[in-house]
Amino acid sequence: MTTALVPARHYLNDGYGIKSWLLTRDHKRIALLYLAGVTFFFFIGGAFAVLIRLELATPVGDLVSDETYNKLFTMHGVMMVFFFLIPAIPSVLGNFLIPIMIGAKDLAFPKLNLASWYIYMLGAAFTTYAIVTGGLDTGWTFYTPFSTVASTSAVIPAALGIFITGFSSILTGLNFIVTIHQMRAPGMTWFRLPLFIWSHYATSLIMVLGTPVLAITILLVAAERLFHFGFFDPAVGGDPVLFQHLFWFYSHPAVYIMILPAMGVISELVAAFCRKPVYGYPFVAFASLAIAVLGFLVWAHHMFVAGISVYAAMIFSILSFLVAIPSAVKVFNWTATMYKGSVSWQTPMLYAIGFIGLFTIGGLTGLFLAAVGLDIHVTDTYFIVAHFHYIMVGGTIMAYLGGLHYWWPKISGRLYNEWLAKFSALVIFIGFNLTFFPQFILGYLGMPRRYHAYPPEFQVLNVLSSAGASILGVGYLLPMAYLMWSLRYGRLASDNPWGAVGLEWNTTSPPPTENFAEPPEVTWEAYDYGSPVVEEHV
Amino acid sequence: MWTGTPLFPEQASTMAGRVDALYFFLIAISVFFSLLIAGLIVFYAVRYRRRDPAGVGAAAHGGMALEIAWSVIPFLITMVIFVWSASVYMAISRPPDETINVYVVGKQWMWKFQHLDGQREINELHVPVGRPVKLIMTSEDVIHDVFVPAFRVKADVIPGRYTNLWFQPTKPGRYHLFCAEYCGTRHSGMTGEVIVMEPNDYQTWLSGGAPEGSLATTGAKLFSDLACNTCHRPDAQGRGPVLEGLFGKTVSLQSGETVTVDEAYVRESILTPAAKITRGFQPIMPTFQGIVSEEQLLALVEYVKSLQSLPVTEGTGVGEPTTRLPSPPK
Repeated sequence: MTTALVPARHYLNDGYGIKSWLLTRDHKRIALLYLAGVTFFFFIGGAFAVLIRLELATPVGDLVSDETYNKLFTMHGVMMVFFFLIPAIPSVLGNFLIPIMIGAKDLAFPKLNLASWYIYMLGAAFTTYAIVTGGLDTGWTFYTPFSTVASTSAVIPAALGIFITGFSSILTGLNFIVTIHQMRAPGMTWFRLPLFIWSHYATSLIMVLGTPVLAITILLVAAERLFHFGFFDPAVGGDPVLFQHLFWFYSHPAVYIMILPAMGVISELVAAFCRKPVYGYPFVAFASLAIAVLGFLVWAHHMFVAGISVYAAMIFSILSFLVAIPSAVKVFNWTATMYKGSVSWQTPMLYAIGFIGLFTIGGLTGLFLAAVGLDIHVTDTYFIVAHFHYIMVGGTIMAYLGGLHYWWPKISGRLYNEWLAKFSALVIFIGFNLTFFPQFILGYLGMPRRYHAYPPEFQVLNVLSSAGASILGVGYLLPMAYLMWSLRYGRLASDNPWGAVGLEWNTTSPPPTENFAEPPEVTWEAYDYGSPVVEEHV
Repeated sequence: MWTGTPLFPEQASTMAGRVDALYFFLIAISVFFSLLIAGLIVFYAVRYRRRDPAGVGAAAHGGMALEIAWSVIPFLITMVIFVWSASVYMAISRPPDETINVYVVGKQWMWKFQHLDGQREINELHVPVGRPVKLIMTSEDVIHDVFVPAFRVKADVIPGRYTNLWFQPTKPGRYHLFCAEYCGTRHSGMTGEVIVMEPNDYQTWLSGGAPEGSLATTGAKLFSDLACNTCHRPDAQGRGPVLEGLFGKTVSLQSGETVTVDEAYVRESILTPAAKITRGFQPIMPTFQGIVSEEQLLALVEYVKSLQSLPVTEGTGVGEPTTRLPSPPK
């Protein structure tokens, strides 16, 4: 580990110049293109969040106008959901790692993979155009008839951007599914796959099956807005609630597009930093598939107050409780993995521990929302805002950052500053909780979401939340800074700086363009720490 | 600064205690599992901290018993929560038979309340303590949502249909009323107050206003102004169905289906009469879409509701025309 050398030939020095990047078919370079894209949109979405929290520091609407505020939370949601959270882990880490982890040279369709990135950027360009030319004020949920009849903002270009980006998601999912079926190295059986692969397989199924429904829904919104077809507007014979069914049929499973890959990352981190196989491997693997399937059957729990029938509400309530079980199984298995492990406290493990804690709170508060009699009170309040940020920010972003730190030496060939990284992880954890925990209390008190001004008795909790957000913001800027710094000044990384098991650690850091000098053959089980075969490779 | 910062909402309806009990049960479950997981993680992280840089974890393979236990136990707990929450939900969604009814129309960005006795209010709703109140709600434009945190109830207000919300206040006072469904620019300004009064004060308040008479009277006037009464006549000579005593009944339709005459059906029959034609009648009624406002619709609905059954004269079997004036509610 001490005598790290840059390999003579690797994917980063295999061609220089803008063309070698923009026309690359190497999944690792495409992953870095995505990294640039999602990072950019993360900070754009984050800037909107900063303005939202600044406005909410006082009860009266004083910093920005109500119209601007509505655009800020809409664009924060649109940017974060469609252009950061959904692509982040699959398109960056998944893209980089799936072929390497299964011992393949690339994804099954390298050109399609590059096309996915261009489609993603094209969609993002449309939505950015919408934001620049007037903005969008419908909320990221585009509820009708507001979005089709009442809103005067740039609904069509923004929705078109989301529509286009959806195809990037579909093609990526398709690429992953085919790759995982067809490109596994000799000996890499299904139950030797890292759990990261299982969770991405489940995610890809949702991407391929769910995204077309969103695309169709957006087309219907556009048709009603442009040509006044009566799909959703009751004045011309439509049903506004139909939109919500269609929208959530995709957008609830989309939550699992965001969290399943994160769960895959956590399985890898826990195994690597406990140097132990993930406890109950098949249960964790099948839990991913169970979540993907059950996730399609719970959408109407977003609509308990939207005039759905009493019995529909009951059925969606019970199904929503069922989807909690596989998530709980995963948390228990990760915890059990730590038992008698060799637990390292390096940065990625701190993120993994943070994830498990925050995801547990996010998941448990999900039970409050599945409980239909209680959901009536808390839905559409800050309780919801707190809950989904615990899942998406406390869950997905923690896992994303944990994964980025864990695989950074492989991606860049460099090591970051461990002390700074640990410090940042702590700052993010504290900032996150201070931002979002008070929002649970605010929500139960009854503060509705998407409020530009609010009654004065809610101010103290809002000030706490805004203070937390400023800490969280600093926490996110730090890794940005030291990871960039490490690219040039970081110590060189060895092939396997963590002493971890997995095919990605059996190749150089950074890997060659074809991933392995010789096509690997797998003769060991997943996470087989301690086995003599593996010792050789470590 | 902390004084005047509540951490828990006021309980001011019969439902608040039931919802809060479930809330505290879920908090107990959440605290237990959060502490269990966090405790184990921290304990294992310290107890099994890597001391030897080359150390590996002890090989341990999944135990079936453990996997079943931590699948089945959470499942059983969630089913307890489900049954409990479903029973609370049934209570929230099923109003009692006898309620004080108030019509609500939401529009960007205000609430309009219409009492049966004729009082109209904007962004304020006066109700008596201790009596169940049912709101019958619709929207003139986009989706809104009536939310009264102190009562722990909430329901979307949807254009093109009627939704209901009921509560029984337990404490006089003034309570926040929020629009909880994002509805455009001044969404956060679409707020108001529910003013819960002692019964005597409420009676005084009720008798204070309403220059135009009751809502049903307004509806009756509209009914003749729009010439509805040329076809819908109580003497069964008209070309449209007799409306007296119709509300709440089940009628057979041309299509062979049946429909219960409720607010939504009356509303639909005024706006799109051809949608559900009563058996034995011709689809000759014109639409009133765009002619009557949501508030006028409510008055017409309330008028139809107020029409009592005609006294049946023994032997003739034909209803006699009686007074068209509705009997006052209650």
